[in-house]
Amino acid sequence: MISNFILAPILAHMITAIVLLFFWKNVQAQKTVSVIGNIVGFLVSWRLFALVWENGNMTLQMGGWQAPFGITFVSDTLSATMVMLTAIVSLAVGIYSTAATNISRIRYGHFFIYHFLIMGLMGAFLTGDIFNLYVWFEVVIISSFVLLTLGGKKRQMEGAVKYVTMNMLASSIFLTAIGILYGITGSLNIADLPQHVAAVENRGLVTVTALLFFVGFGIKSAVFPMYYWLPSSYHTPPSAIGAVFGGLLTKMGVYSMIRVFTVVFEPDDFMLGVFIVIAILTMISGALGAINKRNIRRILSYFIVCHIGYLIAGIGMYTELAFVGVVFYLIHDVIVKSNFFMMSGLIQKIRVTQDIYRLGGFYKDYPKLSIVFGIILFSLAGIPPLSGFWPKILLFQEAFKAENYVLLGTLIFASFITLFIVARIWSEVFWKDLPKPNAEEIDHFAPFHMRGRLALVLPVVGLAVVSLLIGLNASFVFEVAERVAHELMNPSIYIDSVMHHLK
Amino acid sequence: MKNNKPKHNIKKLDATILRTATNYLLPLLLLFSLFVLLRGHYLSGGGFVGGLIASIAFVLHSFAYTTRRTLRLFQVPPRTLIPIGLTLSFISGFLPVLLGQPFMTGVWFADKVAVIGSVGTALFFDIGVYLVVIGVVLTILLTISESD
Repeated sequence: MISNFILAPILAHMITAIVLLFFWKNVQAQKTVSVIGNIVGFLVSWRLFALVWENGNMTLQMGGWQAPFGITFVSDTLSATMVMLTAIVSLAVGIYSTAATNISRIRYGHFFIYHFLIMGLMGAFLTGDIFNLYVWFEVVIISSFVLLTLGGKKRQMEGAVKYVTMNMLASSIFLTAIGILYGITGSLNIADLPQHVAAVENRGLVTVTALLFFVGFGIKSAVFPMYYWLPSSYHTPPSAIGAVFGGLLTKMGVYSMIRVFTVVFEPDDFMLGVFIVIAILTMISGALGAINKRNIRRILSYFIVCHIGYLIAGIGMYTELAFVGVVFYLIHDVIVKSNFFMMSGLIQKIRVTQDIYRLGGFYKDYPKLSIVFGIILFSLAGIPPLSGFWPKILLFQEAFKAENYVLLGTLIFASFITLFIVARIWSEVFWKDLPKPNAEEIDHFAPFHMRGRLALVLPVVGLAVVSLLIGLNASFVFEVAERVAHELMNPSIYIDSVMHHLK
Repeated sequence: MKNNKPKHNIKKLDATILRTATNYLLPLLLLFSLFVLLRGHYLSGGGFVGGLIASIAFVLHSFAYTTRRTLRLFQVPPRTLIPIGLTLSFISGFLPVLLGQPFMTGVWFADKVAVIGSVGTALFFDIGVYLVVIGVVLTILLTISESD
């Protein structure tokens, strides 16, 4: 189906950002406009998902220039799902940041940049042109850099320098790869590329290009040798920003990896071997990194690295069921990771610190909130029937079927460590009594006015409900994941929808 | 704008030539930037380059005089040019959607305008970019000179 509607989620956030610019210094108006924009963006993304679910792939040739010459926008089920997830997280974090973000940040354009960031993410998920994908990546990086450094504290700058350096490196590698790809094929349209790539005689060059793409996307999604920028920068910005970063930014790299390695390149055994090895090392280094950290957000940063390993492992196994696992895990992970960051922000508001050894007595003081936090924590660990359980089982099963016992062992090891750390957070923060020297500290949450409290708690509860629904209503998520996996294993569906306008 | 500090003396000497030159160059550069803007689309040029040239004119002015006097040339803070430009570009991209065509399709007036030639959404898109570039460059300039 050809429709302008595919651009609606991008344009919704773009309009919101433009309107916000008109209210540069008016904090209250900025908050209102941002929330409205997020709600519209969410409804529109929902509609897009429903349309794609009913009618199959949607495409649009920008400016009426036909593929492969013009810039194409494509929404298959994977894109629509990612856009939907982005919209859910964006809405929750948007509401959360109306209360969590301080006024001077808002005056310096917090919301405006935030909507540009979301716009960039949506663009990256919807574009069907590999150079355009690069451009959206840049939109996201520039926005995230501004969000990371707003406020200009020394700690933030330190994190930001690492973040920007590594991401610039990744971008330049990505751009180099695009350049080589264009040089050997003469095309940039993702749907047009596979036939040209298949016709290239110099197979060595194709493998090198594929590896360059893998390195570029790998740095962005924080896989093994290049992951260290993530834990050293993600704990510096406010939690609201951390939630978007942790939930969505690394997933953009994984999404691009899935897209490029299913449609453009057909990975050979060597490539798949690289995927598996990197996945194993990523899981181990993430798990070991998390084990000795005391700060909740630092633990979480290492969890992000660790769990990216699951996704890469799933891609490395390259079977339809493994992709079902990857997509399910992606859906679960985006929601839970964002929520985890918001939760850590809420803990910080209440107890001033995020050091798990200085926290305690949470269950006694806030029993209802603690149950919500419990759901988040145990979804992350994958306790059945919560959302993390199903995709992990699928991935274990596939690793077992592939008789790759090292991978299976690492998957189990990583999820055991996750469970161990989650249990430790639970017992330290929620069960243990508040340690004495800290007992006098002021509760910053209690004096909050009602609306502020609602704005802080509602998104956390909302996302917790979403992850509960993912766990309890797993059959629908499975259906989505299966359809995505089917489309990924049969790239001709994607290609036909762009090149031949088939439904 | 008199500066009595000794270290600015050399600058003041140069400034006479610079100021006189700027008085002639400013309108010239602005005209040239408009020329580049209109020349775009089929020939090299367009909103981005045009906007940069216009910004250079104002940067030159701020060197010769001061940033404060440059900003006085504008009735409103240059920051407001950014949303106006963005809106203009957005509308010109969105117009074809209302006519049932893909986003950003070029829509043209049937009749040619004298001097300029064919006028279509592409021109308005470029004008939007032109405004955004001027707004951004001058905002950056203002911020840097404020922090001095």
